[in-house]
Formats: sequence, structure tokens, C-alpha cells
Amino acid sequence: MTASDVAVRRLRNQVPLLVSLVLVWNLLWGTWSWANLISGTVVALAVTWLLPLPPVAGGASFHPLAVVHFLGHLIRDLALSSAQVAWDAIRPSGLRYGAIISVQLRTDSDLLLTMIAETLCLVPGSIVIDLDREKRVFALHLLSVRDDAELEEQRVRVRATEDRVVRAFGSAADIAALDQQPDQPARRPAGRSTS
Amino acid sequence: MNDVDSVADVIAVACLLVGAFFCLTAGVGLVRFPDVLSRMHAGTKPQVVGVLLIMTGSAIRLVGSSVIWMLLLVAAFQLLTAPVSAHMVSRIAYRRRHVRRDLLLVDELGGGPDLYRGDEPADAPPEEPAQAFVESQPDQGTGAGDGKA
Repeated sequence: MTASDVAVRRLRNQVPLLVSLVLVWNLLWGTWSWANLISGTVVALAVTWLLPLPPVAGGASFHPLAVVHFLGHLIRDLALSSAQVAWDAIRPSGLRYGAIISVQLRTDSDLLLTMIAETLCLVPGSIVIDLDREKRVFALHLLSVRDDAELEEQRVRVRATEDRVVRAFGSAADIAALDQQPDQPARRPAGRSTS
Repeated sequence: MNDVDSVADVIAVACLLVGAFFCLTAGVGLVRFPDVLSRMHAGTKPQVVGVLLIMTGSAIRLVGSSVIWMLLLVAAFQLLTAPVSAHMVSRIAYRRRHVRRDLLLVDELGGGPDLYRGDEPADAPPEEPAQAFVESQPDQGTGAGDGKA
């Protein structure tokens, strides 16, 4: 009984993954047919059985308005940041100084932190180098900064990105955690040194 | 009808050209930027936008064909995978000290006694190249100090 319970729970955790695999299979074939659907289901089951992934704990919810807001910002940021990096690449004077900063986040969910990290790689100026999961501290590399004021600007921008992602995909508890510390100063972790 | 077609063509051509330009700047950035971390910036942002624009342009030209769904997949996976690979490469580059520290304004990750340095190789370049060079000279004060100790 317990064994079948575990199997059922595992299957339920895998459902989003299965659906997306079937969708990708159908998109690859380019046409919609029952044969594609059934063969896709078989392939998806085989893939998840042969290459099992750990279930994503927590799961995500979906807030349509916030998602539109998030996507709008993402597209704008993406265009802005590529124009910026493209200009940095072809500008005769080359790059200014880079910087590595750490930013304290408020979210405590694997899935959301993954999405925030992915988004941060696409918005202006930053690439995630490291993530301290326990302390929830991101380390980011900034491509081009002028002075310390710009570092603070980036910190604020990172936390705004976190805000948008969590409000778009977070559970009620995640959003509540965000509201509890609305404008906690972006403190720097102890033990840092400037080079 | 003809007008609509030509407008769509112009948009498609614009998308393809701008996309190609962004991919070019990504390549130029890879060559011109000074270290791995900066190069990863060029490898993600202009590259992703370039691919997205080229996919959009192709989709406009290929309306009605089933290939469009594959273009959609290419765009989606580009968006998902480029940041992950850039993150992995940057992380390893930082830990193996392939970082031009002289070009960093601040490094809040480095320094401090509690820094995790688990997988740093024995042959990693020194943290401060200039200082390490001075220390390695035999006739400097440090060398003599070592001899006495």
C-alpha cells in the first residue's frame, strides 16, 4: 500500500515534467496528431523512468497579471542589456572596471532562486557567479561600473528583479516573506574585503 | 495583400539584420573583453537577443510552415540554457582564479578567512601576481627572511 502511495506521489510530482516533454515532442514533429501524442507520452515516460530527476519541492503558482509585468520587464531588460554589452564590445575605449558584489535575497525556495538567477543573467550588467543557499546570498559579476553609487544601484535592481519573479511565480508564503522585509537595507555580508 | 507581404518582409529583414549584428557583437566581445567573467556577459546577452531576433525574422518569413514550432523551441531553450552555462563557466573560472583582479572595483566574494576554496587547483595563478613575483625573487628581503627562519 505504502509502496503504491509513494509511486502515485512520485507520478504526481512528475506530471508537469511529463506534460512539457510531450509538448516538446509534438513541437519537434511540427504537426499535431494522436500518433505524435501517444508516442510522445511513451517517450516521456521512458525518459523520466530512465533518467529520474529529484522532485521540485514547493512548486510554483501563477499570478497572470504579475507574470505579464515580469515578462514585460524581462523583454525590456533583455533589449537594454544586449545593447549595452554590444556597445561595450565595439566601443574603441574598451571596458571600464568590473566588480563582484554579493546581494542578500529574501526568498527561500529552490525553484524561485533558480528563476531569479536565470533572470539576473539576462538583465543589464550581471552574471550570477555563486549562490550561498543557506544564507541566501548571491554573488554577481558586474561587467562595467563607474563608482560605488552604481554598485548600490545594481543591488537595488537585483532586489527589484527578485520582487517581480516572486510576485509572478511565488506561493502566498513567499510573497508574505517578501512583504515582511519590504526595504531591508542591502547589507553586505561580513568578512568582505576590497581589492 | 501585396502591401501586407512587403511590410512583413521588411520587418523580417530588419529582425534578421539586427539579430545578426547582435551575434557579431557577441563574437567581438568574446575577443575584446579581458577575462572569462566579462566574456561570459558577451556570450549571454547579445547572443540570446541575436538568436531570438533571427528566430523572429525566420518565423515571419516561414509563416504557415511547421518549422515555426522548432524555431519556438530553439528560442525557448536558448533562453533557458545560456544563463546556466554562463553561470557554470563563471563559477569555475572564479574558483580557478581566472579573474583579472586588477580590473575589479570591488570583490565582495573574495577575501575573508571563511571563504570556501574547496576545488582550487595547486597550479592556480597567484592571487596578486605582482606581489608573488617580488616574493619569488631570491635577492629580496623576503628570501633572506626565509633563510633565517
